[in-house]
Amino acid sequence: MTDSKYFTTTKKGEIFELKAELNSDKKEKKKEAVKKVIASMTVGKDVSALFPDVVNCMQTDNLELKKLVYLYLMNYAKSQPDMAIMAVNTFVKDCEDLNPLIRALAVRTMGCIRVDKITEYLCEPLRKCLKDEDPYVRKTAAVCVAKLHDINAQLVEDQGFLDTLKDLISDSNPMVVANAVAALSEIAESHPNSNLLDLNPQTINKLLTALNECTEWGQIFILDCLASYLPRDDRESQSICERVTPRLSHANSAVVLSAVKVLMKFMEMLPKDLDYYGTLLKKLAPPLVTLLSAEPELQYVALRNINLIVQKRPEILKHEMKVFFVKYNDPIYVKLEKLDIMIRLASQANIAQVLAELKEYATEVDVDFVRKAVRAIGRCAIKVEQSAERCVSTLLDLIQTKVNYVVQEAIVVIKDIFRKYPNKYESVIATLCENLDSLDEPEARAAMIWIVGEYAERIDNADELLESFLEGFHDESTQVQLQLLTAIVKLFLKKPTETQELVQQVLSLATQDSDNPDLRDRGYIYWRLLSTDPVAAKEVVLAEKPLISEETDLIEPTLLEELICHIGTLASVYHKPPSAFVEGSRGVQHKRLPPRAGSGESTESPDVGQSGPSEAPPAVIPSQGDLLGDLLNLDLAPPTATVPSVQPSMQMGAMDLLGGGLDSLMGDESDTMGAGLGAAPAAMPASLGSAPAVGGGLGDLFDLGGGVGMPTGSYVAPKTVWLLAMKAKGLEISGTFARRGGIIQMDLSLTNKAMSVMTDFAIQFNRNSFGLAPAGPLQVLTPLSPNQTIDVSLPLSTSGPVMKMEPLNNLQVAVKNNIDVFYFSCQYPLSLLFVEDGKMDRQVFLATWKDIPNDNEAQFQIKDIHLNSDVASNKLQGSNIFTIAKRTVEGQDMLYQSVKLTNGIWVLAEMRIQTGNPNYTVNGNKET
Amino acid sequence: MIGGLFIYNHKGEVLISRVYRDDIGRNAVDAFRVNVIHARQQVRSPVTNIARTSFFHVKRSNIWLAAVTKQNVNAAMVFEFLYKMCDVMTAYFGKISEENIKNNFVLIYELLDEILDFGYPQNSETGALKTFITQQGIKGQPQTKEEQSQITSQVTGQIGWRREGIKYRRNELFLDVLESVNLLMSPQGQVLSAHVSGRVVMKSYLSGMPECKFGMNDKIVIDKQGKGGTTDEPGKSELGGSGKQSIAIDDCTFHQCVRLSKFDSERSISFIPPDGEYELMRYRTTKDIILPFRVIPLVREVGRTKLEVKVVIKSNFKPSLLAQKIEVRIPTPLNTSGVQVICMKGKAKYKASENAIVWKIKRMAGMKESQISAEIELLPTNDKKKWARPPISMNFEVPFAPSGLKVRYLKVFESKLNYSDHDVIKWVRYIGRSGIYETRC
Repeated sequence: MTDSKYFTTTKKGEIFELKAELNSDKKEKKKEAVKKVIASMTVGKDVSALFPDVVNCMQTDNLELKKLVYLYLMNYAKSQPDMAIMAVNTFVKDCEDLNPLIRALAVRTMGCIRVDKITEYLCEPLRKCLKDEDPYVRKTAAVCVAKLHDINAQLVEDQGFLDTLKDLISDSNPMVVANAVAALSEIAESHPNSNLLDLNPQTINKLLTALNECTEWGQIFILDCLASYLPRDDRESQSICERVTPRLSHANSAVVLSAVKVLMKFMEMLPKDLDYYGTLLKKLAPPLVTLLSAEPELQYVALRNINLIVQKRPEILKHEMKVFFVKYNDPIYVKLEKLDIMIRLASQANIAQVLAELKEYATEVDVDFVRKAVRAIGRCAIKVEQSAERCVSTLLDLIQTKVNYVVQEAIVVIKDIFRKYPNKYESVIATLCENLDSLDEPEARAAMIWIVGEYAERIDNADELLESFLEGFHDESTQVQLQLLTAIVKLFLKKPTETQELVQQVLSLATQDSDNPDLRDRGYIYWRLLSTDPVAAKEVVLAEKPLISEETDLIEPTLLEELICHIGTLASVYHKPPSAFVEGSRGVQHKRLPPRAGSGESTESPDVGQSGPSEAPPAVIPSQGDLLGDLLNLDLAPPTATVPSVQPSMQMGAMDLLGGGLDSLMGDESDTMGAGLGAAPAAMPASLGSAPAVGGGLGDLFDLGGGVGMPTGSYVAPKTVWLLAMKAKGLEISGTFARRGGIIQMDLSLTNKAMSVMTDFAIQFNRNSFGLAPAGPLQVLTPLSPNQTIDVSLPLSTSGPVMKMEPLNNLQVAVKNNIDVFYFSCQYPLSLLFVEDGKMDRQVFLATWKDIPNDNEAQFQIKDIHLNSDVASNKLQGSNIFTIAKRTVEGQDMLYQSVKLTNGIWVLAEMRIQTGNPNYTVNGNKET
Repeated sequence: MIGGLFIYNHKGEVLISRVYRDDIGRNAVDAFRVNVIHARQQVRSPVTNIARTSFFHVKRSNIWLAAVTKQNVNAAMVFEFLYKMCDVMTAYFGKISEENIKNNFVLIYELLDEILDFGYPQNSETGALKTFITQQGIKGQPQTKEEQSQITSQVTGQIGWRREGIKYRRNELFLDVLESVNLLMSPQGQVLSAHVSGRVVMKSYLSGMPECKFGMNDKIVIDKQGKGGTTDEPGKSELGGSGKQSIAIDDCTFHQCVRLSKFDSERSISFIPPDGEYELMRYRTTKDIILPFRVIPLVREVGRTKLEVKVVIKSNFKPSLLAQKIEVRIPTPLNTSGVQVICMKGKAKYKASENAIVWKIKRMAGMKESQISAEIELLPTNDKKKWARPPISMNFEVPFAPSGLKVRYLKVFESKLNYSDHDVIKWVRYIGRSGIYETRC
């Protein structure tokens, strides 16, 4: 009973003692010893030395002991692969046991042992278990396929497990269906284009049937899978919605949220004038509110999701303001989220209540919460015009409390209110000025200075106030310095006589004593303006300001759409797309909402299916905090994760030319001088297996030019989007690479999707595998106005600093404009680096071919190329792949080819072409 | 999916660590300890992202449970699973404490192996699990083939929460309607928000595989019947205006045994119950709530060093009923130096450690009133910040359902065994408790 004693053995020589006990004859003693081993393992002690002794205990009838040994095996098998093999026999035997619990246990554990040799033995038992008569074994085996795929994807494909798994979707047992769906969804995630899940109305029907019968967890798997389906029309969409809505009454919040996700997504396809559409909207509100009576952690998840839902469909919860009122004992993370949603729901109808609440919150203890509450009052004023007056008086009350951070926060929001409603509330300025001394945060100081400058003519002692700030000019933050400069210039333009001295003082401080270029530039501009044309200066500096918008912190529409597709998941909690926090290829796929249904007539028009979100909404400039997060993320992210913009065609492009084989060739070269080429095929199974992709790449090459001006240039891939507008404050960049006349060029299209003009473009590369670097500046001469696109060609050199990238042809790029710096990464085709003098001498070729060790060689096939050898050879020459020799053996054309890379590496290839057979075989060899 | 699951004690020592995915290493164990358990500032979110790894945590007394992942998992599912894990552990060995976890670590590993496969939650119903995982180790080996297949079919079956072949000499049913009534009231007595969150908890000791049907005074059902029935009935309900005939349920959720599609189409609640205790449904109402107590606060600041507080409570239900365990909590400022209390009924005490005056009354009948007054002496401070005046909160228990919910029937059908609905002994009980019952002052 008291297993805790196992945690307390800390004596020296413990391992030795354990060894003796493990080899004891007595069963009980053995079991005790294994328990001790597991306890040590838990606290992080290394007990791998006991591996053979523990494995010896595996042959037992005692199921508890067996489970313990399995637990040990899962932990240490990887570090002792050779010895782990000892366990295989027992596993295989157990998979045939009469007891289904033992069969399942064996197959479950075997899948967790990540040792190649063991996985080989796993295949046969797994195949049997997938067809086992007992559903418990089948449901375990279904998950095991996902495990195996994680270890060796190729093996799973070769063995045909994917088809068996697909068959399990039609299994009679709902839990088997659910696990099969979960496994397939996971596998499909790592093959974005595979269409593995092949959802059609029949399978959907099976899933919906299983949905009613399986466990709560199974329901989640199925609903999450359903959400990725795209119904053919609104009728199918409605029928699925009808069958999913009962899930909204499930006790498990995750089931509810996943059902909400499906509904939110499919609703998009329903015509708004449909009765059912309205019914559905009404059905969504109560379960969302109920989520708020769950445990706090779940409330938090629910609130983050409600925040998204409210932005997408405000009508759902517009009458439910009260449930978001903060309770005194709510954890702080729940309070902050509720506050956010309250502001989003604030409207003329409920503003009185909201304000009374916010005022209450402003007296709470938690500083962050109080600040947010004060800020919220300001936002209400801007959002609901009728309430502005009441908001301002509430803010004034709060300023009277003299609580430092409350006052500062209030002043910041009052500045915004002034901008929204000019010449309305200036009477409060006197009160604000009283609190000048207590302001110590830059944002509040800047706001106050702005107010003084803006209303200088109404503040008698404006010059004194500003002068007092000027004393510590150098200690202020940039934000305050800039604001102070502008404010004093404004003051001067309004009261030129008394303030000449002051303005000269600040101009000299800004231009002569400051290191900050922004400040200096602004100083010079003002100076020149004032000295040349004071009238013009007045027009510029005192120009009418555009009104600020109501909602400043909405999530950018394309991102919002993507997040709606991820309701319930981590992405919806972080409010970031999965690519921002998930490594590798998983989740890089962007999910989109189904195309919106038009109203009435347009549903009948055939093109509705492709119309997509019709009007392109203007890009919203995201709030500061999010951007900062994004930037940080991008900086820290390993390059692969930042390629979300790369579309499928681009990923294929990466395998251009000689495909994955060449990639791995080069990869080996740079670290181990080709020693490990034998492993290359194993490392690249995915790309080799997906031969169409490789072929596609090569196919591109063959397509080129149609044979007109043959050797003018190599194949150029179409442009793909590298930087999404939503990640770069409205700047979208797409591009491709080309080699023209021996010069490598990067062709870029810059599109401005924001609402302001962009200027000052510059570009820089991170160090990369082949030392690519811009050979000149980015030539964007005219400012880029909203919705304008320009094409630029940037010549590249290969003399930049070299660092090996993963993948090898990855390029990280930074682009700067007047708004910010943005980062993205893209991949260039290796053919870019094939130089024009890559034709090797025949003799040299022969000698070199022989000299290259076998393990530097890779072989693969290119399928479906309908060209004869001469045409192929001509086309390849266009991309600087030169045919050195050709011979015909037994009806096959053999082409011998050479390629030289910019860094002097030679690649030799033998291409076998059988006339009439569209499949080529390529033997690649490389030499330094 | 979930990549790993760790359990820590309050010091951050690992008690249980189970890794399901290759992308989670041992360093994740330490990352959570350093960044969350040992963090200087209190953690401000239950989801933490450290070095591209996401940690979900819940705390039970001083034990931390953390689920770890590197993928975009279903966050709601992870938390639901962590709660479920706590339930399962509690069902096996009682309170979740360091001692209990250490004492049962082998069992916990066994459970984790069963209910989470490769990070995917599997059947986690204790009823089913207990048929093959027990504290005495695995049940005796010599199981018959029938027994084995019964276990597996139950774990994977459509009725995973009940096993076949249950027999009782006396077929009995206990039905508790447990409600917690929540209130936020302004100092002027205006209801800012009020709702009842209720639960129907059942203990069923029934033989065989009984089919149950549960009915209550749900407005939608009653109205539907009214339409279908004679014209007298709607009039009747108008006449009986004093005793509420039906209640409007805002939303309800059900135990997984309830057939949701049937509820959606016919609004009838039918199910095959689990054996023993379980929560059949949860519901929420916001309309026509009976607020059992009204709190009337009066706070007066007398100069800078004295506060006068007077609080009146009024009970608002039938005089024949008795409320119990009444407790009123009146917060006091941090700089309180002394308190004098006078109350008409019950006992009141100033608790310095909790910064509150706690007034307790054992019993109170309906339609009564009671009062407390207190003088609070304050130490002079130069703290500019005003006292936040937390709300006055109340606890109580009343023997009725504040939402007005009534159980109309609970029918049991078991066609294979020879007992009928009349043979089942049924007990129904209503308990209304205070949830967050606060009045601002």
